[in-house]
Amino acid sequence: MNDLLRRYGPVLSILFAALTAFWLLALVVLPDLYLFENSFRPYLPISEVGGPKDFYSFDNYLTFFHSPIHIQVFVWTIVYSTVVTVLCFVIAYPLAYYLSKVARSNLLPTLFLLILVPLWVSEVLRSFAWFIILALKGPLNILLLGIGVIDQPIRWLTGFRGVIIGLVYTYVLFMLFPLYNAIQSLDTNQIEAAEDLGSPWWRTHWRVILPHAKPGIASGSVMVFMLSAGSILVPTLLASTSSRWFTEIIQQWMFESQDWNTGSAYAFMLLLLCTIFVSVVMRLFRVKLSDIAK
Amino acid sequence: MSAGVDLDNVCADFGSFRAVDRVTVHIKPGEFFSFLGPSGCGKTTILRMVSGFIRPSEGKITIGGQDMRDIRPNQRPTALIFQNLALFPLMPVWENIAFGLEVRGVDRKARRDRAEELLRLVDLPGAADKTIGQLSGGQKQRVAIARALAVEPKVMLLDEPLSALDLKLRQHMRAELRAIQKRTNVTFIYITHDQGEALAMSDRVGVMSQGRLQQVSAPQDIYNQPVNGFVASFVGENNIFAGKIGNISSNMAQFETSVGTFKATIGPDAGTAHNPKLYVRPEHARLVAKPVNGENAIAVEIADVAFEGNFISIQARDAHGGILVAEARNDGQGSVPSPGEKLHMVFDAERAVILADETPAANATP
Repeated sequence: MNDLLRRYGPVLSILFAALTAFWLLALVVLPDLYLFENSFRPYLPISEVGGPKDFYSFDNYLTFFHSPIHIQVFVWTIVYSTVVTVLCFVIAYPLAYYLSKVARSNLLPTLFLLILVPLWVSEVLRSFAWFIILALKGPLNILLLGIGVIDQPIRWLTGFRGVIIGLVYTYVLFMLFPLYNAIQSLDTNQIEAAEDLGSPWWRTHWRVILPHAKPGIASGSVMVFMLSAGSILVPTLLASTSSRWFTEIIQQWMFESQDWNTGSAYAFMLLLLCTIFVSVVMRLFRVKLSDIAK
Repeated sequence: MSAGVDLDNVCADFGSFRAVDRVTVHIKPGEFFSFLGPSGCGKTTILRMVSGFIRPSEGKITIGGQDMRDIRPNQRPTALIFQNLALFPLMPVWENIAFGLEVRGVDRKARRDRAEELLRLVDLPGAADKTIGQLSGGQKQRVAIARALAVEPKVMLLDEPLSALDLKLRQHMRAELRAIQKRTNVTFIYITHDQGEALAMSDRVGVMSQGRLQQVSAPQDIYNQPVNGFVASFVGENNIFAGKIGNISSNMAQFETSVGTFKATIGPDAGTAHNPKLYVRPEHARLVAKPVNGENAIAVEIADVAFEGNFISIQARDAHGGILVAEARNDGQGSVPSPGEKLHMVFDAERAVILADETPAANATP
């Protein structure tokens, strides 16, 4: 704070602080608090708001537990978000290892540019692009048929396949960068020491590199999982009728039923249950919150 | 148990830079061999070639008679101790030591027993369950040695492992390393820029400069009979005089310098060198009031006297202002000259040697 004052003077410093406070309070905290408060109140016609029927209860939250379909959608959302997280790890780990320990350092700027360029295109466009790529008579099937990998076109957009592909593509970088940072901070001598002691490559990864990268794996996984479970765009564009995502139910409550109260309750349920799920998984893998913060 | 290491005309190129230039040396089984040289002389590159992390650009490396050309580091009978030790911080001490055995499929109980046994060998019993972070510098050193010994290497490679320790511990670990080497009879290849370490621990020392091996000899020969100016000045101190060679008679020659003409021993290849110099070690120079006729003598004025306890180091200025150093043992009764005193520095022809500069640098070779 003193540093800020010295550098920019009182007027600018106060402006910075005020803008940050405004953003946090008015644009993050207050709307959430408003929704949180609303989630405990019933959905009533305007005339009855503030009337005798308008009291706090857990009814909106209980709605979730009384609808098996919603619970099922929630479970699928958790399961497939986990699948997305694992796939992101499987894709990002070798790449992160390559970038941090194998690639020549003069190649890195080019490689990172190649990785980042797709991010410059809006998520909506990228999802639509996948919609086209994955279509029954789309380029992917034509390619696979052409090189003879398959003899029947695959229906990519049934079930959760399209959603998984879209989410992995959208969020894989959130796994890559924490992993890259974690592996890069490993002393290369340790990898060589393991090899010198006779270790084959897979054991060096298992015993030396992966344990070191654990905090990076944890923070990448938490990010990918939470972003996937909370994603609305990709499931809306790439899901089929048989694959609904929990966020779509929240959206339906809010925009189709106009019931913001139940919608809010569902949104907080999602946050709460995902947090519990993540905490349990972190406990299972013996990751502490402080590891992630590193 | 131990194996010899042969380097045959080994070169290492990094782009257009030649880090190691035609090094040939035969290290005997069970020998404690040191590569000594300033940083950047190529000694670490040699070690990494022997361990397999760098491929020689030319030449052949054999260990125990077996060509190492296509053998990966994890298949070589060597164990490397890294300069920063590279212990695994997330494993307890015993797992660090037993890692090489884990790789070889030894069961957990046997691994643990072997780790404890090695901890006793390196004088660190009871540390098995500590974490690496709980150890002091010297203890980490011992764990690194134990970890390397656990795989029963035929050749142990040490990359300046003592450089991070403080002076006292370093001297202690020197003796310790030497003792472990004798006990295990493993071939040790030791890399250092510290001449004291190399001379005190090794059976033989290879002095390197600019990618080239300058001299391979027993420590006392490196010090007493350096083959060229680089070895003479890198190992120990010298008074160095530029000049040119006059009359040569058998292994002696007249050497003409700006402060006089001296009789001196002529070193290898010095007779034909284009820029020979005369080297006189401070401990071979004496200060006298009146030189004997025909003796090598330089008129000097005492500049500074440093009393070091067991010896006295005297700096003196010659007629051109050049600083010369003489060292005398303190026998407890000799008088110490005082600054300003005018004396003569004398030295025996047998103890003064004319040497060529080092072998031409790798990159300068046509």
